Amino acid sequence: MKQQIIVSGIGGQGVLFLTRVIAQAAVDQGLPVLTAETHGMAQRGGTVLSTIKVGSYHSPLIRTGQADVGLLLWEDNLAVHRSLLKPEGHLLINADEEGEGARIDASGLAREMGNPVLSNLILLGLAVRRQALFCDAVQCEKAVRTLAPERFLDQNLAAFRRGLED
Amino acid sequence: MKDHAEIELLMGNEAIGRALIEAGCQIAAAYPGTPSTEILQAVADRREEALEPLHIEWSVNEKIAFEIALAAAYTGKRSAVVMKQVGLNVAADPFMRTAYLGVKGGMVTIVADDPGPHSSQNEQDTRLFCLQGRVPVLDPASPAEAAQMVETAYALSEKFEINVVLRPTTRICHSRQNVALHPPKRLERQARFEKDPSRWAATPAFLPALHRKLNHTLEQVAAEPDLQPQLTPGDGSHPRTALVASGIVYGHLVDLLDDLGLGGSIDLYQVLMPYPLSSQFREQLRRDYDRILVLEETYPVIELQLAHPGARGKQDGTLPREGELTPDVVEQALCAFLDRPFSPETPPERRGQRPSLCPGCPHRASFAAIKRAFPRGLFPSDIGCYTLGMNLGAVDTVHCMGACISQGAGFYQSYAQDGDFPTVVVTIGDSTFFHSGIPALINAVIQKARIIVMILDNATTAMTGGQPVPHLGLTASGDATRAIGIEPLVRAAGVDFLEVCDPYDQQRLERLLKEADRHIRGPEPGVAVIISRHGCMMDSAVLSGQEKYQVTVTEDCTGCKRCIQAFECPAIEMDESGARARINTDRCVGCGTCIPSCPFNAIVKEKLS
Repeated sequence: MKQQIIVSGIGGQGVLFLTRVIAQAAVDQGLPVLTAETHGMAQRGGTVLSTIKVGSYHSPLIRTGQADVGLLLWEDNLAVHRSLLKPEGHLLINADEEGEGARIDASGLAREMGNPVLSNLILLGLAVRRQALFCDAVQCEKAVRTLAPERFLDQNLAAFRRGLED
Repeated sequence: MKDHAEIELLMGNEAIGRALIEAGCQIAAAYPGTPSTEILQAVADRREEALEPLHIEWSVNEKIAFEIALAAAYTGKRSAVVMKQVGLNVAADPFMRTAYLGVKGGMVTIVADDPGPHSSQNEQDTRLFCLQGRVPVLDPASPAEAAQMVETAYALSEKFEINVVLRPTTRICHSRQNVALHPPKRLERQARFEKDPSRWAATPAFLPALHRKLNHTLEQVAAEPDLQPQLTPGDGSHPRTALVASGIVYGHLVDLLDDLGLGGSIDLYQVLMPYPLSSQFREQLRRDYDRILVLEETYPVIELQLAHPGARGKQDGTLPREGELTPDVVEQALCAFLDRPFSPETPPERRGQRPSLCPGCPHRASFAAIKRAFPRGLFPSDIGCYTLGMNLGAVDTVHCMGACISQGAGFYQSYAQDGDFPTVVVTIGDSTFFHSGIPALINAVIQKARIIVMILDNATTAMTGGQPVPHLGLTASGDATRAIGIEPLVRAAGVDFLEVCDPYDQQRLERLLKEADRHIRGPEPGVAVIISRHGCMMDSAVLSGQEKYQVTVTEDCTGCKRCIQAFECPAIEMDESGARARINTDRCVGCGTCIPSCPFNAIVKEKLS
């Protein structure tokens, strides 16, 4: 099993949490995993990118045109990060209008659920439903249970399931 | 205590923090700075896992943190000091002398470098600093290796009684990996300082001997069998050719060789300790290879020491001399070195959304008031979230920690010589003020600089994730301690004009700024200080504790974009038609500080019940 994943968004959207959930799902399956994350100033509302490499890799970074899956929480980042993806790679985007890739209005759904930050797990749900990722719904839920603070757990699971069904 | 290795998904910094506990470190001190911050945080979060007493502190700056850890190592205990690369400049004075005098217990200095740079004012290479300081440095290639190297560093430190540097880079610090945990050590050491003034208080008379001893030690360190470059031999298809890499670039290279089907075909060396580099290794490379490619971040530290006639790397331009060596960059260099075709699919350079201050950030309100009060002022600022005041045109200089007050004073002196002077408003965060602002303030006062210093007090070290500051009365472990007020410090520095204001009250802040300007231009030359005090929005208690309004844009909006361009709150955007501004309710925190930014009074607020 080898898979290279990018998670793209802007600071405050929960890119880091989504990255950790996916990486934890790998750890739970006994798969080696490496991630690289954006911290510091860029997190203040700026464009952020995480990379995740599952399988026997030595570096957490992804070369141009090598990512198998792209999860985009901010549609404008398509222009910035599209080139990392393989031409045939899975592209999943949080967007309220039609266009390239598999799309879902995750922000709109998250707002309905009372918390805009939930869009990250809604998008994860869509990725799992489209079978884009190395992990399945049960494994993702387990990872969310491991990582989510208790008071947000139910909300997080509900968001994930919302994306899974949509 | 678990006796089997447990696997956890850990960030590089967390892995290093855990490894400090495993190694029996008892004193750990740091000043926060991206990408190093989470190391001490992890030690604090995991302090219950330690088997022996553990003192953890956020010191007020890196020099002090270094000296705390140093003294602990003099007593025979294991200690650690953590900082980022530019923090080593602050700690340079004790760092350089420690190389000569050494330590007793193990001391590891963890310095996180930032090739790129992602969040720093330069790309300096700590390995080169170590070459200049004559201090051994270890260069890990992954989070797991960084954790392993902590014990290696302590063992080396204790064997030779020297300080050892562990140098992870951003891509190690902020990567996550499945890492095996090991049981923490119980070393049962009692603090015992053996007086030896000829060493610990060495006057110049003793230093040549200590330097000679250091040089001898370094030769032995360079020859340490466990720290020799690790060879993965090739199959002979690339005769007399080798690749030499260290740090995360080694990881990029291994993945790349696999991808290109070249894994196991070329002799590949991983350098674990870039300084001191073993002389046997240098001789071996000269003897066995005609061509070598050296891959390292950021400076040619290994390349310079090798001085190999067939070496390619940064010196001949095969690799760029600046910036991060990403896998794309490594691919290009490798293909050039091996004469392989390379069709670079250079994607257009796009930066995406630029960073900005959070919605509701008190700094934004402070900057707006400064700009309104002094449209033609001069604005030196400093390192922290408030650097982003640049977007608002209220930050003209950012140099290094604490430089802003001295720069402000320097601007004043320079202009004042010519007669008139502009209003200089310096902005400095509370943590930075304690770090290195205080001496600069004292200096500005005694040199009679007529400047306004605004201390942006949000009661935290916000940029690095909210570490406690001295006026909060909290230690790194979360225990209560004495709180050191900013006001008495400012007064004791000889400042006569001191006011405190919540920047959300922008009219008052503007009034105070103008009063301060009258003061500095008055008969008594001096510095005016305004403390702009409001909690950080990253602290949920601050947000839930303040008034929240429903903020809307009325039909009076002309679409002039002043609010977006000059105030730059991420919660204000243009509507679909582009004709009018609107409030993004997902992001708005309801503070209402944007209201004065509209020249047409089209932004209004209504109190939420």
